[in-house]
Amino acid sequence: MLRVENLQASYGAILALKGISIEVNEGELVALIGVNGAGKTTLLSTIAGILRPISGKISFRGESLIGKSPEDIVRKGISLVPEGRDIFSSLTVEENLRMGAFVRRDRLEYQRDLEKIFALFPILKQRLNQLGGTLSGGEQQQLAIARALMSHPSLLMLDEPSLGLAPALVDQIFELITTLHQQGTTILLVEQNVDRTLEIADRVYLLQTGKVKFSGTAAEVRHQGEVEKVYLGGIE
Amino acid sequence: MLSVEFLLNAITLGSLCALLALGLVIVYGILKLVNFAYGELIMITGYTLYLLNSAAPLPWLVMALIGVLVAMFTSYSTELVAFRPVRTKSLTAMLITSFAVSTLLQNAALLLISPRARAVPLPKLFSASVTILGIAIPWRNILTILTSLILLVGLTLLLKKTILGIALRAAADNFQMTRLMGVPANMVISAAFVLSGLMAGIVGLFWVGRTASVTPTIGGAPLLIAFVATVIGGMNSLVGAVVGGYIYGVIFSFLGVMLPQSLLDYREAFMFLVVILILLFRPEGLIRGAGTGERVG
Repeated sequence: MLRVENLQASYGAILALKGISIEVNEGELVALIGVNGAGKTTLLSTIAGILRPISGKISFRGESLIGKSPEDIVRKGISLVPEGRDIFSSLTVEENLRMGAFVRRDRLEYQRDLEKIFALFPILKQRLNQLGGTLSGGEQQQLAIARALMSHPSLLMLDEPSLGLAPALVDQIFELITTLHQQGTTILLVEQNVDRTLEIADRVYLLQTGKVKFSGTAAEVRHQGEVEKVYLGGIE
Repeated sequence: MLSVEFLLNAITLGSLCALLALGLVIVYGILKLVNFAYGELIMITGYTLYLLNSAAPLPWLVMALIGVLVAMFTSYSTELVAFRPVRTKSLTAMLITSFAVSTLLQNAALLLISPRARAVPLPKLFSASVTILGIAIPWRNILTILTSLILLVGLTLLLKKTILGIALRAAADNFQMTRLMGVPANMVISAAFVLSGLMAGIVGLFWVGRTASVTPTIGGAPLLIAFVATVIGGMNSLVGAVVGGYIYGVIFSFLGVMLPQSLLDYREAFMFLVVILILLFRPEGLIRGAGTGERVG
């Protein structure tokens, strides 16, 4: 479904991606792990069209995404929930969700989608007319994911969804990701919480200083002991 | 001293200032650009009225409508031709570009028409007044206040109820995230410039109506007023712009009544003194805008 080949991109003056290749198949939950500065967020930003790559290929369902604007890429079915959530704090929860559904114009479908979202995120129904900025961190994260789901993405990219949340809320977010995965959503997940991520991911890419250090199923990554080497062994 | 006439004058001026400030902030909110070519849109409306009237006098309302449409179109065109190519470069590049556009338009009027004032047609109603409870109220004031109210209500509905309006507010809140929702960047920016042109055009009709004439430099004063009003109200909030506009109108009118005759020429200086005082206590303006009040939890 998504294929990234030999991608190079820089973040400011730093070459953050030094030739990365990854693949995500339909229905998979693929995780990107690695320490800060490994290039995980840069990779998601480049796929979403926020950053222009220096070289390499990105294709989605056989179609190249290179040079496409973020708005075009959303229309093709890739939705990004960025790190730090970035909900519209001066818009109400409902307006946030309406923005999420911007690429879908069908009014009836919008109402049906809202009902589905409320089933997944009951708290959002209670907060519907509240401003996004008044929500707690966990509620904001739920809103950010809900907003992304409103566009019916074929591929959902989540950047550090559990960052800064209380442990109970972290559980809730991981449960939610599992549910979405079981419902058939293809997910590309970036997470710091490696243990929890290995529990739910189908496949894992371990990134280190802009390169793929190791890739395989979650079980393979565990047995190889690669994670420990990268996280505890410091940077080469 | 706080007579009905005074209040009416203050609200009339305040209404114009509020619309002026809104037009400036609607673009600023999204691009973070103070568009210095904004005042020239008022000039364009004035010259459109003048040219139409000398070529083929139509009913005033028709000419006024054309004048506003031309201001909207000019605003849209400046974005397309001048701002869009430099938008991704830097904010400074855009700021300099807005000075360039302003100078270009002013000089075009200077060369192609005249450096001297040109007469602008006004409807008869503008010089008439109506007497209510023994007080003579100029129609121009009533029309200004009513038009502003209609425009403010209309704009509020647009921003709250339509998907384009919500997208405009979202873009002012977080532009990149708005694009990640699939909203085309060019579309919201164009819409902001068109709305900005609408505000300038409508204010323009009343602004040139004050002296019934238009000059190439007529846009300077309203630009400054819009800027000061947004600084008072808060640069990041549309509500702030409106509040700032009305406060400007009230303070300015108040100074006109309060100051002795000998100091009346220095009214602007006193106005700035008030602004400085407001900023000393509320550096962000009276109303804090979106994006600045993010809560981390």
